[in-house]
Amino acid sequence: MGVPHMGKTLLQKVWDLHTVRALQTGQTQLFIGLHLIHEVTTPQAFDGLRVRDWRVARPDRTFGTVDHIIPTRDRTRPFLDVLAEDMIGSLERNCQEFGIRLAGLDDSRQGIVHVIGPELGMTQPGMTIACGDSHTSTHGAFGAVAFGIGTSQVRDVLASQCLAMEPLKVRRIEVNGTLPPGVYAKDVVLTIIHRLGVSGGVGYAYEYAGDAIERMSMDERMTICNMSIEGGARVGYVNPDQTTFEYLKGRPFAPTAEAFDRACAWWSSIASDADAEYDDAVVIRAEELVPVVTWGVNPGQSVAVDGLIPSVQDVDGGGEAINEALDFMGLQGGQPIAGLRVDVAFIGSCTNSRLSDLREAARVVRGHHVAPHVKALVVPGSASIKRSAEQEGLDEVFRTAGFEWREAGCSMCLGMNSDKLEGSQVCAASSNRNFKGRQGSPTGRTLLMSPAMVAAAAVAGEVADVRRLA
Amino acid sequence: MTEPRRITSVEGTALPMRGHDIDTDRIMPARFLRAVTFEGLEQHLFEDERRGSVAGDRSQAALHPFDDARFAGASILLVNRNFGCGSSREHAPQGLRRFGFCALIGESFSEIFFGNALIIGLPCLTATPETVAALMEQVDAHPDVALRINLETGVCEVGDVSHAVTLPPNARDSLVTGAWDTTSLLLERYEEVDAAAARLPYVGGWSI
Repeated sequence: MGVPHMGKTLLQKVWDLHTVRALQTGQTQLFIGLHLIHEVTTPQAFDGLRVRDWRVARPDRTFGTVDHIIPTRDRTRPFLDVLAEDMIGSLERNCQEFGIRLAGLDDSRQGIVHVIGPELGMTQPGMTIACGDSHTSTHGAFGAVAFGIGTSQVRDVLASQCLAMEPLKVRRIEVNGTLPPGVYAKDVVLTIIHRLGVSGGVGYAYEYAGDAIERMSMDERMTICNMSIEGGARVGYVNPDQTTFEYLKGRPFAPTAEAFDRACAWWSSIASDADAEYDDAVVIRAEELVPVVTWGVNPGQSVAVDGLIPSVQDVDGGGEAINEALDFMGLQGGQPIAGLRVDVAFIGSCTNSRLSDLREAARVVRGHHVAPHVKALVVPGSASIKRSAEQEGLDEVFRTAGFEWREAGCSMCLGMNSDKLEGSQVCAASSNRNFKGRQGSPTGRTLLMSPAMVAAAAVAGEVADVRRLA
Repeated sequence: MTEPRRITSVEGTALPMRGHDIDTDRIMPARFLRAVTFEGLEQHLFEDERRGSVAGDRSQAALHPFDDARFAGASILLVNRNFGCGSSREHAPQGLRRFGFCALIGESFSEIFFGNALIIGLPCLTATPETVAALMEQVDAHPDVALRINLETGVCEVGDVSHAVTLPPNARDSLVTGAWDTTSLLLERYEEVDAAAARLPYVGGWSI
């Protein structure tokens, strides 16, 4: 008769392993295994260190790149954009002064921070990861516990390699069954957000499980974990498995030879126990899922591509929000989403800019041409993805079809560089946020969808059902 | 850099900012993140929906609360559900703090926004939807009415009426004891951090 075994979730195990101590405030001091930094949310944090004459505690566990503000066309230095030049210069000087590795503009490893961490094998199961960006949840695809943080917390991590954190509850989201053709990871996560709401995940980590998730590639798992925050969950993760280990094997920062075997054993051990207890559980049938498109101003406001945009009569309460969104989007309740004219098609962002996304989009556009009124661009997630895509000839497929083929960066997901919507343009986007003004024009309108659906919209010149084109 | 200080109460007039799921892109559009300091951010709060902006002139028939002179000088911001969702940009709470807000009362807050506000000493208190609605109505009717928030007792007084407003105990304690600026706290007893790191196989190059 021993102590009854209490199963633990991955979150609990990683949390316990990284706990330094309980702070007097009641928060947990958590050691951060990997700190990723970029140009936009760090300048004030480094200034904070200098003011107090502090050093970076663990430069060996810190890595930087440039993604948010950089141009995706002409990268001649100094940039014509003096503010961008100032921010990039600031990160370069800070990394040099504090001894931090930087995959800068000309580095072959440069790319969106949430794309390159995994790609270089820095992101590993069982780690705690922090980055001054809410889409840090992406790294949870590897079974890491990854937090998006603000600039003062970036300062905390730089100075101490720790964060003061509140514990999280865990909601298990099981997706079982086989996804129908034309339905992608993006559709899965948009459906989850639609069902559970944009604030449904506040206070929770989302554990994505079930055989549909288990069969997914790492790229697909990253798409799902990436958008956890759009459902209010700061952390999302998938338990590490053979798919995870195979992805990591041979990557620059992954362990090698015997160390890799030891790592796999440890990585397996941190997965949630079969008898782990969850604070909540949700089950979704993959067969029921369809391609979805957002019609509103938050990622929960989506509808099936062959469905109708909701109207106030369809809901109990919340009518004001629907009307406000319809007004901003220039739409009528009850109108079909398919056939809605688009002006811009954007394939990119930390959600959907990976090689498999580009392959799938290229498959849709091959042999077609972008509609004459549509401006279409592909922005690969990293310099490495861009090279691989070019080796496969995907760039030619896109260029021939009338897409622009750009350098890696965040680009039109948030419009911090010159890649912006103009006026009230409607954009079919593979990115993550359809907030008012998100894509750089205060009146710009964003429709979120899978990269294949963006490709279909670019060709049709309007929202189109990719299942009919494939 | 602000020195840590105890925050036990906030008193002042309020500004009602209605709507659920107000994201940080709305609070502080991304183009104002194109700077290496937080200075001047208070000038750009909700810029794209306010008077004089393209979107503001198009869609906002009513005066935006941030343009409404009746609420000028407010130190408490009243909001609804899931305020501050989306991007982790600290520029949003920094802008609000620099504008003069010393506390927010709302139905709920995004987790990242809540943490970003806490670490700069800006408490985000929660109240029931009924309380928030009552406070908003009262402030609309009497914009010069003062709210008195006691963080320790979890009470917001308006005239003779007391409303319950809450903070998670840890956040409350860190504010009232002055421990909300966490960096120094995290640097104390640093040998324990090294010990925690040494237990992790990936930190030691998989030699353990």
